[in-house]
This record gives sequence, structure tokens and C-alpha cells, in this order.
Amino acid sequence: MSAVTVEEVRRVAELANLQLTPEEETRMARDLGAILGHVAQLAELDTKNVEPMAQVSDVLGLVSDGAGGTLRTDAVRASVDRRAVMAVAPESDGRFFKVPKVIER
Amino acid sequence: MQTIAEARAQAQAGTATALAERHFQLIAEQDGPDGLGIHSFLALSRERALAQAARVDELQAKGQNAGPLAGVPVAIKDVLAMTGAPATAGSKILAGYQPPYDATAVRKLEAAGAVLLGKLNCDEFAMGSSNENSAYGPVRNPRALDRVPGGSSGGSAAAVAAGFAVATLGTDTGGSIRQPAAFCGVVGVLPTYGRVSRFGLIAFASSLDRVGPFTANVSDAATLLTVLAGQDPLDATSADRPVEDFSAALARPVEGLRVGVPEEYFGEGLDPEIRAAIERTLDGLRARGCELVKISLPHTRYAIPTYYVLATAEASSNLSRFDGVRFGLRSSESQTLSAMFRRTREEGFGAEVKRRILLGTYSLSAGYYDAYYRKAQQVRMLVARDFLDAFTRCDVLVAPMTPTPPFKPGEKVDDPMAMYLADIYSVAASLAGICGMSVPCGETKDGLPIGVQVMGPHFGESTMLRAGLAIEQMQEKM
Repeated sequence: MSAVTVEEVRRVAELANLQLTPEEETRMARDLGAILGHVAQLAELDTKNVEPMAQVSDVLGLVSDGAGGTLRTDAVRASVDRRAVMAVAPESDGRFFKVPKVIER
Repeated sequence: MQTIAEARAQAQAGTATALAERHFQLIAEQDGPDGLGIHSFLALSRERALAQAARVDELQAKGQNAGPLAGVPVAIKDVLAMTGAPATAGSKILAGYQPPYDATAVRKLEAAGAVLLGKLNCDEFAMGSSNENSAYGPVRNPRALDRVPGGSSGGSAAAVAAGFAVATLGTDTGGSIRQPAAFCGVVGVLPTYGRVSRFGLIAFASSLDRVGPFTANVSDAATLLTVLAGQDPLDATSADRPVEDFSAALARPVEGLRVGVPEEYFGEGLDPEIRAAIERTLDGLRARGCELVKISLPHTRYAIPTYYVLATAEASSNLSRFDGVRFGLRSSESQTLSAMFRRTREEGFGAEVKRRILLGTYSLSAGYYDAYYRKAQQVRMLVARDFLDAFTRCDVLVAPMTPTPPFKPGEKVDDPMAMYLADIYSVAASLAGICGMSVPCGETKDGLPIGVQVMGPHFGESTMLRAGLAIEQMQEKM
């Protein structure tokens, strides 16, 4: 089992914008350690000359031709009505999303 | 369970409106705590359903064809956007969110005449294998009320098994259609990646997520897939491939089909009753003129760790959009923006979602990227190549769908690794992007459903469905 410390969990939680309780931090350190212990077996495989697969199209020869020929045309089309989007926002003035103070001092 | 043909006949003999009302009544009587407590529905879309039923009735009264799903009651996993009902993804962070648009799959079903009854319970953000991770409470398995229905599309499988809906939509990232289909004794299809549009799906892991149907039988799955398939300009990963009539393809016999049997799927940990049921299925295929071919997929055991690195990395990125700004929950009393982000996510996400976001963020962070994320992408290539090689020697693969029958609630909730291993036979096909399905193939001596997995090559759904139909037909004879 590869050990994950509470400090590492705190650092990752900060990167992910998650605020954890002390109990959650302990629990997550234990769980991540167990999962990464299982993941460690990937190191057994020699992948030196293996291309990474990011998308299913990577193995099908369907990859975009680079010039954008396989993409849809860049044409203006109707989108979701702005009022409908703003109506379901937690806080809005009808035109913009409202949020708490951005600059902290 | 009701078939599409039966539902259409009822909608035509009576009305689609009356059929929809009967389904709403059945749901009211049985789905809630006063009934069987199955809890497959999170919301009903009564108004939209009845408006659609009235349209179908009007067309049919004029003698017009209202589509291949005319009046058929269908329901949607709550990770797909549909106007007229909330979309929660089984999470508190989206409580009360009413999406202002329809997912392409939802729109296509309605255009084919389907009556959309409502939204179905699932594990939070489709992360789970037992439906115990729903923020709105678990789903019970209609075939065995003391067992989990599987996950993450547990509500979608249960709603078909209980007869609440004739067909449902689920999503599958690592097994979330196929595993619950096996646990609830229904048919569940994982289409090839790119076959069905993901537009309007609340993303978990975009390179793996797929939308697919649950139905009472294989022929209905073919009907649904024919309706759902096709390129969509709104999903850049949807494939520019001709869509076959999958129902017509079912008519061809399976005689001469080369059925691959992957030895890695029959190893330690496979329940003996499931092993016996799969072996009976293979014997049945041989008796119908199929040629059984021994196959090795040597990287199978690396599929789970590969999947949990890649899926969580993609999730950590996809779920960053839930921050309290644009939709869903916003934590009150935050004085600054950054505090609002953190508190909203702390209050809104459940334990499994946090665990996966943390794991994904960890493997993408500086110093770990090459050892975890890039390494897993390379192993994903090896897993995919195993299948490409296999399909040069066989037409379909047949294997167990799950290592065990449906388990009891609480059995695995405290041990994430044990829960992840419930997907041991499903994640490899997810990584490779091939198509797969689960077909009922009997039950244990305690009466728990057993599913057999059929896998086909990329865009090989027609052949896969034919094999599935042959398996279904041999059950009727037993």
C-alpha cells in the first residue's frame, strides 16, 4: 500500500477547491493510499514505446486531420436563451452572474 | 415487464394518454416507501408526458404514424438534461436545477414518439456500482428487494425490471449500464463510443462516458439504439458513421459466428453459479452453429487501476464547473469568492465524489502526472490493442458480466477498492471504446439474476445484438 499523508490530502484538496473536515482528511488519506496501492501494479508494464491513448478515436484512425476537416463548420447558430440560463442561476441580475467579493485583502 | 410492441399496441387500442396514466399510477403505488420502496424515480415529468401522449393520440386518431416508439413510456437517468424536470445527477450540488435544454438522446426519443415519464435515481455523478451513492437515497432491486440494483444507472435498470417504464436511458463510464442490467435481469446496451451523442449529458469522464438503453429484451434494445444512434454536430466525438437498422440486422442467424471466450474473465473470484450459467450459454451458442474460439486479453487485470486513474482525472476536471456560480447549490454566508467555491463543494458533494476528485487531482498534479496519468493512458492503449487483436480472430466476445450476483446494501460501502472491483469485467470494454451488452442468462438457486456479457468490435453492434438475441432465445427454451 502506498502511503498518502494527511498533508498531501490537504494540498490536493486545496488544488481541487475542496474544504475537508479533519475526519474526512484522515479517511481520504487512508482510501487514496489503498487505491494508489492497487494502481501501483501499472508500473509492472513496460510502456516505453507505447503511445498514450487519450480518446477512442486514437485507435480507430479517426483522428482529426489537423486542418479541422473533420470538425463541423464554424457557423453561427441559435444557442440556449440567456434569460433561461440566468433564471436558474443562484444569483443573477438577469444579465450577469453575481458572486461574492473576488479580491481578498 | 412490458415490450415496446405490447406498449404500442396498448397505446393504439386505447390511448397513449391512458397508458401513461397507468404507468404514473403504478409508479405512485409501488415506487415509493408505501409501496415496494424501490425508489427508482427522482422526479416525474407529468406535464411533458401527457402533452406528448396527447400529440401521439392525435396523430394516431388521424391514422398517421407517430414513430417507432409511439406512446411508449420511457424514463431518463437523472444525469441527462431534459426540460420540464429537474436534473440533479443524484447530487445535492445540483438540487433544484432545471436545465433549460434537452439532451440530444432525450430529444430523439421524444421525436420517435416516446412518452417521457421522468428522471431516474443514480449514484451521484454516475460514480458508484450499487446506487448507494445517491444523495437522495438508494434504489432497491425489484428482483430481490434486499439487494442493490447495481450502479450507477440503478434507477434505470430497476424501473424497467419493475415495469414502471418500458425502456430507460442510462449512462455507462465503466460499467454503469451493463452491471445494473445484469443485477436487475434486464437488457442493457453500451453502444460504441461515438455512436450516441453525449450532448446534454452531465459529464463524468468525457473520453469514457456513453449513453445507452435498458429494455425488457434484445429486440427492444435494437429499436432504441436505432433511434438514438447517429452523428450530432453538438458532440464533436460523435462518429460520422452510417446508422444501420439494428432491428433488421437481428433477422440474420448466428450460425457460423465466431464467439471468442476470453480466458481472463473466468479466473479466480468468479461466482461458481455465474460460471456455470455462462458455460451453459456458450454451449447453447455452439449448439446453434457458433464456433467457440479461445481468446486471451492479457492486459485485463490492469483495466481497473487504469480506469480509476483516467476516469478520476477527467472527473476532477469536469466537476470543477460545480462551484456555486452558474447553477445548483450555492453555500450561503461566504464573504469571498474562493470561500464560496470551497464551501459549496464541501456541502454539495458526497464522499465518493470527493474521493474521486481528490484522486484525479492527485494523479494530474505536478510530479505525479507521468507516473500515473500518462502511464494509465499508455496502458489504456494496451488494453484497447488486446481487443483489436481479438476481433481479428472472432466476431464477438462472450464472458460473465459481473463476478458475483447482486450484493446486499452496506456490504462494500466502507471499502472503495472492493466496490471498484465489482466492475472488474466491465471496465476494459469501456477503456477500449468497443460496444457491449448484458443479457439475462438465468438465475442463481436463490433466484438472483445472472447476466452474460457480449462484446463487439467498434461499431459492431449489429453482430453483438444478434448474439444477444440468440442467447435470449435459448433462455426461453430452458
